[in-house]
Amino acid sequence: MFSFEVGSLLNIAVVLGAGLAVSVMMIWVERRFLGFWSDRLGPNRVGPFGIFQVIADAIKMLFKEDWIPPFSDKFTFVLAPMILPIVMLMALAVIPFAPGVGVMDLNIGLLWIFAMAGLASYSTMLGGLASNNKFSLLGSLRGTGQMISYEVFMGISILGVVILADSFTLRDIVESQRDGWYVVPQFFGFIVFTVAGLAESHRWPFDLPESEAEIISGYNTEYSGMKFGLFMIGEYIAMVVMALLMPVLFFGGWHAPFGLEFGTPLISGLFWMSVKAGFFLLFFILVRAALVRPRYDQLMSYGWLVMLPLSLINLLVTGAIVLYQAG
Amino acid sequence: MSILFYGSALIAVLSTLMVITRVNIVHALLYLIVSMFSIAVIFYTLGAPFAAALEVIVYAGAIMVMFLFVIMMLNLGQPTIDQERSWLSPNMWIGPGILAAILLAEMLYALNITDAEMAHTMVEAKEVGIAMFGPYVLAVELASMLLLAGLVGAFHLARK
Repeated sequence: MFSFEVGSLLNIAVVLGAGLAVSVMMIWVERRFLGFWSDRLGPNRVGPFGIFQVIADAIKMLFKEDWIPPFSDKFTFVLAPMILPIVMLMALAVIPFAPGVGVMDLNIGLLWIFAMAGLASYSTMLGGLASNNKFSLLGSLRGTGQMISYEVFMGISILGVVILADSFTLRDIVESQRDGWYVVPQFFGFIVFTVAGLAESHRWPFDLPESEAEIISGYNTEYSGMKFGLFMIGEYIAMVVMALLMPVLFFGGWHAPFGLEFGTPLISGLFWMSVKAGFFLLFFILVRAALVRPRYDQLMSYGWLVMLPLSLINLLVTGAIVLYQAG
Repeated sequence: MSILFYGSALIAVLSTLMVITRVNIVHALLYLIVSMFSIAVIFYTLGAPFAAALEVIVYAGAIMVMFLFVIMMLNLGQPTIDQERSWLSPNMWIGPGILAAILLAEMLYALNITDAEMAHTMVEAKEVGIAMFGPYVLAVELASMLLLAGLVGAFHLARK
């Protein structure tokens, strides 16, 4: 029971607990770092460094009136916020954290993550559709178009990694990076994947489904209390999954850089995996602090005119080189 | 495995029935998505994980999203629901229902006498790829030409 094998009860509990805890804490981390980077303090009143701000937020959300608009489609309205956190936690299940740590090793692990990311768009869509509100509908229309488009490039961009690793299993992909990270041969794949990943989790600067300056709060305008909280926490879980996927696919997963391994493989693996994932989490926050939101047509033309050709050329060249080396 | 198979088969049939009988088109589509999930589970239990993943990614994750996208644009309201309800009267569906039930009974009888076993071979993604670009490459090329024609057509219509 207390052994660290993939899929043991302890493992599942730790992964689920840590995943949720980190996602929740990201709310505070994000606000605090956004504060530093825009030269203000951020939340620093509740507890040391404002660390209990999340708890204060959660209490506020839980005790808010849980209002379902009478003009909404109630069944779909209640269903929509549940989808995002559920599918994102399911995507978290296939991520390999360290040797022996992870919930499951699926032989279609990468495809599983894509399936879950694809289903996440239902949350945005149904939320806007069920709200029966013009601004919500505009937000979810944008969200759907954006997520469908960027899913294409995200899928094509990681096919280069799949070609090199010869497997869809995430654990195999990490193992095959023992001698060199895929960020070097798959640099363009990495770029496309990062941008598409930001757009998929509609994080800033791709949060056009929300864009509060134009359409109030987009698809979640009508949501209040914990239903809105589910949308928000789902977005943070998506961000954590994306930040974990980045090292797994392109930065060698739990393998230490420059042979800086220490202790047992488990400890070293967990340490390096969290360092890499933490780096990408902070990177996502920095992107939010640094970039402005594009216009919707700019987002679409950027996707189809730059990202799609780039990912296709990357796939073509990778395939050609692998075939050439195979003889 | 067989309990998974029969369980998801039951869900597939029930949710597809719900798709036909719902008057609210969004709810009907949600049931259709559930039906696709259960078909994906069926694929998985029959030893085709790649087909299962594609079922979820392509059908549930992309095509159904497009369906919903179109419905969002159409702005269907209460009038459509009333219209659907008036169309779903028993004298509309009872005839086809009986005929389909006879066909179902015949199929169950045929399945019963052949004594088919559940498949136990595992088809990995690699084998699917090798088959697609090996013996079936002509079919893949034909499909790609068809899709290209559709793409050009859609582009032409959208240019106006």
